[in-house]
Amino acid sequence: MLTFKLAYRNIIGAGLRTWLNVFVLSIAFVAIIWTQGLIEGMNKQVMDAMIDMELGGGQFWHQSYDRYDPLSIEDAHGSLSDGLTTLIEKGRATPVLITSGAVFPEGRVQTILLKGIDPKQKIINIPSEVLQIHDSDIIPALIGGRMAKETRLAVGDDVTVRWRDVHGTFDATDIRIVGIMNTSVQSVDVGQIWVPLASLQNMIQAFDEATLIVLEKQIKAIPPDDAVWISRDLDYLLKDLKELIRTKSVGSSIIYLLLLFMALLAIFDTQVLAIFRRQKEIGTLMALGMPRRKVIGLFTLEGALHGIMALLVGAVYGIPLLRLSAARGLSMPETMDNFGIALSDTLYPSYGAGLVMGTTLLVLIAVTIVSFVPTRKISKLKPTDALRGKLS
Amino acid sequence: MKRLLIYLSLLVFPLTLWAQAPTGEAILRNIDKNMVIEQAVSRSRMIIHGRTGSRSITSKAWIKGNDKAFVEYLSPAREKGKKMLKLGDKIWTYTPEPHDRIITISGHLLRQSVMGSDLSYEDMTDNDKLIELYDAVVEGEELLNNRHCFVVRLTAKMKGVTYHSRKIWVDSERWLPLKEERFAKSGKLLKTTEILNVFQVDGRWYPKEMHFKDMLSRGKGTEYFIESIDFKVNVPDHQLTKAALRK
Repeated sequence: MLTFKLAYRNIIGAGLRTWLNVFVLSIAFVAIIWTQGLIEGMNKQVMDAMIDMELGGGQFWHQSYDRYDPLSIEDAHGSLSDGLTTLIEKGRATPVLITSGAVFPEGRVQTILLKGIDPKQKIINIPSEVLQIHDSDIIPALIGGRMAKETRLAVGDDVTVRWRDVHGTFDATDIRIVGIMNTSVQSVDVGQIWVPLASLQNMIQAFDEATLIVLEKQIKAIPPDDAVWISRDLDYLLKDLKELIRTKSVGSSIIYLLLLFMALLAIFDTQVLAIFRRQKEIGTLMALGMPRRKVIGLFTLEGALHGIMALLVGAVYGIPLLRLSAARGLSMPETMDNFGIALSDTLYPSYGAGLVMGTTLLVLIAVTIVSFVPTRKISKLKPTDALRGKLS
Repeated sequence: MKRLLIYLSLLVFPLTLWAQAPTGEAILRNIDKNMVIEQAVSRSRMIIHGRTGSRSITSKAWIKGNDKAFVEYLSPAREKGKKMLKLGDKIWTYTPEPHDRIITISGHLLRQSVMGSDLSYEDMTDNDKLIELYDAVVEGEELLNNRHCFVVRLTAKMKGVTYHSRKIWVDSERWLPLKEERFAKSGKLLKTTEILNVFQVDGRWYPKEMHFKDMLSRGKGTEYFIESIDFKVNVPDHQLTKAALRK
């Protein structure tokens, strides 16, 4: 307790120098939590959106399906297994059929993916109900906002699409845009046209077939894999996204690590200076019988107290600021749409207990280590030399 | 009586001509004799009329049977050195340095336009015998560019034929499809081709100048000129390999 009192008195006594160190460290502390919260929020938001609009609670893929291989898509379809058919009949899964094709808006050609979905499905949150049209002469189509912008198509427009059936014969017809959905998930939007499943099955002559099955979000009993249908859980489906976010977060980590480094450097500098200027005090303490270990502890504690004070100061202005940014969110510029992930217009940071505790521990441990390193010199100090101000 | 005989003969004469018209099958055999290539080396020029102007691309092609073809682009400088190889139902395109990249094209991508033209990769390398792919029905006779033509409707014999049906105007003397309309299974017109000029090489008539038009795209179409073609050449096998793309 004596050590703590001494340490506290010493750093308060240092006045402005202490408060400058504390303030810089508190900025680093708040900045780390804010940037990490942004990444955490982005992570959560993107994953929630993808699960909601595309992935569901997991998927079953046709064995030939590879979402990154456009050459394999035409062969990636097959009849459903009994287990999957039962799930679909119970409304716990929905089939999606995918083929490649081309669309000709205003006579321009653009390669697309044609996706067939049951208009009555409730598994993923895309407005497939607009595809329920009882006019056999019209093939209704749903597109995303980005696709609409790119092709300059609007609701009510007819446009020609061309595709190849499962036998390889090309076919073409006009479809009518009946809905444009606003979604942050680019992978259900860009270069894609959604049509009723039955229409697409008829168009490509793949009756009762699908490319993938989307399972409901809270599904518990998942049928086992078979030779044709392979189960893909969310860990698998989100693997690339997590990797992408991790890669993108490295950039922001560099900024906050730099900030933390500068703050720690200031503390390190303060400690080195303190040991140099307070040699007589160290010598006196040792001469009065304070063990070296305790003297080292005193100086280390002084340094560490900077960290604790930075946490308190950071909390004073950080909590309201972080709360405000979490409530209002951060508006994303339009260019962020090209980021490659499902970012919405506003990004809401997410500050979990783990993040705050983790950052607090990181700052405190780093500050303690940085405070301890210069004090090792004290262990080699002779009290007589210290009293005379001779630092060896 | 004399007048009656004249009327009767006028009535019967076209029927006699109709009776003499070859069957659709015979017409297709005659077209295949001209158009299907066993082996050939050709030089051609393609003029693509785009939105921002026209581009002219020259190329040299080596063809062997209906499943092997190799095309090398000679000009302009931007396209020079690009190559294309067809083996069976797959096509590889090669872009020279600095990219030095080979891309595989198959499935729906075969329908993609070659260098922004109205020809797809499939059209460009197509050398199949019509007689093997289509049933043909003669629908009539017409004069086209002052040439007497049989109008023939072709319908695919089997599943998987690229164009489900075609309508062709066949020169009744030179047995070339002077005009062609290619349809999707739904009946939608996908593409038209016209032979505007012909020449005779090694005893067979062959198109000299053609015009292709993708009817789904807006544009003025693509002109295609065969500058020379040699049917008696022996195309070496090494020319039709992936290794030849990087040579």
